[in-house]
Amino acid sequence: MKTAVCIKQVPVFSDGKMDPEKGVILRDGLVSAMNVYDLPAVETALRLREEAGGTADVFSMGPLQAADAIREAYAMGIDQGYLLSDHAFSGADVLATSYTLAQGIKGAGKYDLIICGRQTTDGDTGQVGAAIAQWLHIPYAGGVTAIISRKPDSITLQQRLDDEQVTVKMSYPCLIAVDRSIYISRMKSLPGKIAARKKGVAIITLQDLEDHDPQHYGLSGSATKVEKIYPPERTHKEPIMCLNTADAVNEIMKILENSKAV
Amino acid sequence: MPGYTIDRNICTQCGACRKQCPFSCVEKTDGVYVIGDGCTACGVCAEICPVKAVIWQEAAHEAFDKISWKNILVYLEYHHGIVHPVGIQLLGKALELAASCGCEVYGIVIGENAGEAKPQLLLYPLTSVFLYEAQENFASDLYEQLLSDCIGKLRPSIVLIGGTAQGRSLAPCAATRFRTGLTADCTGLSIRDKDDLVQTRPAFGGNIMAQIITPNTRPQFATVRLNMMEPARKSEAASVAFITCASAHPAKSALEILDAQSLAPEKDITRQKVLVAAGKGIRKKEDLAMLEELAVLLGGELASTRGLVEKGWIKSDRQIGLSGHTVRPELLITCGVSGSVQFMAGMSGAKNIIAINQDPEARIFQIAHHPVCGDLYEIIPELIRQLKAAKSK
Repeated sequence: MKTAVCIKQVPVFSDGKMDPEKGVILRDGLVSAMNVYDLPAVETALRLREEAGGTADVFSMGPLQAADAIREAYAMGIDQGYLLSDHAFSGADVLATSYTLAQGIKGAGKYDLIICGRQTTDGDTGQVGAAIAQWLHIPYAGGVTAIISRKPDSITLQQRLDDEQVTVKMSYPCLIAVDRSIYISRMKSLPGKIAARKKGVAIITLQDLEDHDPQHYGLSGSATKVEKIYPPERTHKEPIMCLNTADAVNEIMKILENSKAV
Repeated sequence: MPGYTIDRNICTQCGACRKQCPFSCVEKTDGVYVIGDGCTACGVCAEICPVKAVIWQEAAHEAFDKISWKNILVYLEYHHGIVHPVGIQLLGKALELAASCGCEVYGIVIGENAGEAKPQLLLYPLTSVFLYEAQENFASDLYEQLLSDCIGKLRPSIVLIGGTAQGRSLAPCAATRFRTGLTADCTGLSIRDKDDLVQTRPAFGGNIMAQIITPNTRPQFATVRLNMMEPARKSEAASVAFITCASAHPAKSALEILDAQSLAPEKDITRQKVLVAAGKGIRKKEDLAMLEELAVLLGGELASTRGLVEKGWIKSDRQIGLSGHTVRPELLITCGVSGSVQFMAGMSGAKNIIAINQDPEARIFQIAHHPVCGDLYEIIPELIRQLKAAKSK
């Protein structure tokens, strides 16, 4: 069984400190790491490989330093990592990001199953997985909370769709987005980390892709444009109550009594 | 290639762009500043450059026939014979947008016995509702084919979809099919220049707002979370035309649904009158028990910020915020919550907010009705003691 996992390198502190005057995120001292929602996706691929044999690879898109996220996946036990990195890929929205990853996956081999995490911590939308499935013309299931059973040509999954729990069977090839609850991801072992440092990351550039028209990637290939980013409005509604504990508790008790919560 | 570049003839090498780039992608190479591959075109560098050396280069776009795409289509999610409330909320927004630009609003219902949605939609001032018959259980590929069939025939300029589990599958698939833009989980929508949809959402981890447009393609897809918009008002003057449709190409799903169980909604945080929300001011997982006790004493439930979910301390169905749930409880007590934009997008509708935080600068204090600056580790235990005493009286 051949499995591909899509991962992203993100800044570790998703609620980065803001510069109060300029309203931009201060990234000094921030480190990057694999998106936490991708860890259970990697774990799912590794468990499937342990049970069914085959390979578990990862794909990522980003600048060259994003290879570090692939090394994290290596330290967990991933076989091969591919990094789609090219100046032409930068500034991509959902449409262009999903197209780039789909092109990379398509070019690297015939995968039975592609696994994505629920969302990233920086983009926060969770839309790229379904879009990749559409580019590859394969079925998609999101919110996957468990793998029920597996056959050589299909997989049966449990999905959480809002207030419903659904059991669904899909034939390969297909794409799933897994919830964090599916598995607790394994720790990166020290020997794994050491081996990961030596292991090469395959870099895929624009010219390596089947479609190498730069108009289809990055900013050019994006349908949405961020016109501006700005700090949210600051509206000071109520004066802050800076009280000692006893007074604070008395105040809160009064508020609770007034709101009939007590 | 489109994007920002630094004109080295104008650049004074002050380095402000490098310092301020939220993605640390401005590099100094061979003594000049260049914008590297991590650029997301957010425009911060162009805005702060004191000599305007950062220049935006527009893409050469093929002429796109924008004019032939008109009006707004709202996906009215329909399950177990009920139109999902998010659909009525989207309708409210769509009607408001339509009034501002003079266009029409259409709806689409996909599901088993779709015709039974009629009485639920009769009194909303829509032009028409398209009814597509499909299997009861949601299969993303099948539903997407039917939605796209409708989009292909109607050619709407804007497609609004709820940010539910269904919507989060449907929207990216349909948007990709039409090779167009999708902005997920919008918190604000407005119209500019006749039919350009201006989409606002928190971005980059949730502490900043982004304004996003889809300039050169149609339709413009946007998803909106439940309880983010006001529901549409009914009107006695409404006269909706219901049109039963079938796809030109009979759709079949590659997903075989074997079972579907409704999950008990009793702990659903969106239905609670009282919520106690835990933030990163909580030092360890065990301390959540104290907040849970407070919630139970007040007849409510424990909720949390995304940070604690990412730490694995609490399940994601308890998460308030843009990527969690939007809540509107009667009373919300936030404990050690700083108040990121993405969190506040999910709770600003709470009727009464008591915020407890040690940092007087915490953003949560800007929307709290009762901002209490203090140590939750002192306040909460004492509060629990007094509540218990009051109850035993």
